[in-house]
Amino acid sequence: MTTSPLPILIVVVPLISAFLIPIVGWWKRNLCYYLTFAALSISVLISIAVLNTVVAHGAVHYYLGNWDPPWGIEYVVDHLNAFVVVIMSFISLVVAIYSKRSVEQELAGKIVYFYCTFLLLITGLLGMVVTGDMFNLYVFLEVASLAAYALIAIGEKGAPLASFRYVILGTIGACFYLLGVGYLYIAAGSLNMADLSQILPDLYHSKVIIVAFIFFVVGVGLKMALFPLHAWLPDAYTYAPSAVSTLIAPTMTKVGCYVLIRIMFTVFKPHFSIELIPVTTILSWIAVVAMIVGSIFAIAQTDFKRMLSYSVVAQIGYIVLGIGLANRAGLTGAVLHILNEAFTKSCLFAVAGAIVYKMGTSDMYQFRNLYKMMPVTMTAFIIGAFSMIGIPPTVGFFSKLYLILGSIHAKQWVFVAVILLSSVLNVVYFYRVIELAFLQPRELATKKEREVLQVYSQNGGNATGIRMRDGEGPATIAMDEVPLSMLVSLVVMAAGILILGILSTGIVSTVIRFAVPTVF
Amino acid sequence: MEFVISKFNYWIYITLMMIGFYAMMRKRNLVKKLVGMNIFQTAIILYFISTAAKKGATIPIMEHGHGEAVHAVHAAQYVNPLPHVLMLTAIVVLVSTFGVALAIIIMIHRKYKTLEEDEILELTK
Repeated sequence: MTTSPLPILIVVVPLISAFLIPIVGWWKRNLCYYLTFAALSISVLISIAVLNTVVAHGAVHYYLGNWDPPWGIEYVVDHLNAFVVVIMSFISLVVAIYSKRSVEQELAGKIVYFYCTFLLLITGLLGMVVTGDMFNLYVFLEVASLAAYALIAIGEKGAPLASFRYVILGTIGACFYLLGVGYLYIAAGSLNMADLSQILPDLYHSKVIIVAFIFFVVGVGLKMALFPLHAWLPDAYTYAPSAVSTLIAPTMTKVGCYVLIRIMFTVFKPHFSIELIPVTTILSWIAVVAMIVGSIFAIAQTDFKRMLSYSVVAQIGYIVLGIGLANRAGLTGAVLHILNEAFTKSCLFAVAGAIVYKMGTSDMYQFRNLYKMMPVTMTAFIIGAFSMIGIPPTVGFFSKLYLILGSIHAKQWVFVAVILLSSVLNVVYFYRVIELAFLQPRELATKKEREVLQVYSQNGGNATGIRMRDGEGPATIAMDEVPLSMLVSLVVMAAGILILGILSTGIVSTVIRFAVPTVF
Repeated sequence: MEFVISKFNYWIYITLMMIGFYAMMRKRNLVKKLVGMNIFQTAIILYFISTAAKKGATIPIMEHGHGEAVHAVHAAQYVNPLPHVLMLTAIVVLVSTFGVALAIIIMIHRKYKTLEEDEILELTK
């Protein structure tokens, strides 16, 4: 055990920068982006330093205001949250780089406020991950959610209404969480996670504790869009500005998954969640339904961003299945799938954002021959899609492998079948996009292309790569990629998927192995 | 009956919470939904505050102040201050959620010129 101020710095740096941004932006608007970039770079470096310390010496603690744990707020970083905090800060940094041009195009007059809220959202997410205090987690949950409501509401078309629905359902989720905290407090008299895990075993048969636990699961389930509670997600993620959905889709729901793991296996001892009440069994079956239904809904969509949003619902199912299996391989798969989802979803939403940047639409049927115009973007899409399906060199293959191993270990053959079936459904909905963008025959498409071009211009896209020839000939398509800052982040995400896939055995043996509770 | 009366604070908070929940789920008007949300959150604050209350207890301030607390502190004589402190934070969260939601409602009204959910859905079709 080491005490170090590093965990608090991960949160404080973006928080203070968020308040500096309006001041700096008042003076010079362009500096906002660079300040965001600098703050997040520092956050990433500190997170990596914390991860190194954790791997070398075990959990890092920090006592706020130097008050000892059960009384004061404590920040604890162990293997699990060191891993998650590195992922979250890194993804935020890459998305921040990506956001520059996209925000300039979509939200021209709102850059200053955008980056301020953007950093507040990241502060909330990182805070949720590093804190060791139940109530502090609620506060950060609300900081992140409020920033997310605001960011989603500035999107196009139905965004305000989608955001309003998210406010209502998100508030119910947060209030349930708060009630859970209240029930734990009246029964156990503590808010510190480590302290609670010591006190609670004597109270496991108390009805108050069981009700608190149910409130936690339902509340966090709402925040992370677990299947029957996912109604707010597709609209919110579809209508949000590209940069926002690229940030929120890979991070918010995954932090919810982390919170669920933390509550089920740290605050409550695993044997409570597994044996005393059958919550892991219930969660696994809910997850199975989520995986199938999410994928089927995704197949039914014609809008690329909406399809990805339903895919988020399905992927949450995978992570929850890993948690529900509650054995070593299953939980390893769940934690690795958080990594996979963070990189893959940010990559795919970034591709969607890049297409919107050029085309002004995310309707799949406008993607004809897109690979000729945007080869790098579409290659990143292919890698992301492969990882989502689970094709070997990508990290998606390894997380699904662990989930299948976990299901076999638990002798749940239905789950094995469902994971495979859901992967097949993934193939179906990604193949549709691949077919349209890569394989659609040109001759058949010429008349369509004219209509498409009209749609582009109506939607305000600046697709300069597509030009019609004079007369009746087919349209020519020249290479016309998105700006460099977007390309760099796309390449980083796509390369990350491949590299992390190759390194995944190392990641499991150095970090995730210690993140899984020892009783498994 | 005894069960209801001895725990009346919990019954009141549950009733209030369900009123709020009903309004959030069933009302078609967005402002009514928001009022429901506010009742829902306030009910939880009431619950927290009521858990801190004790019969015959006084305010949690030591008579002789800093560091001179020579007499033993009996927890039973003082109201538990922690739920109050937590709820101060929760009230801040409540107010800011309400503010953000109202701002979103203004955006919706500018866009659709109505706040009835079914009319908006009709318009967006």
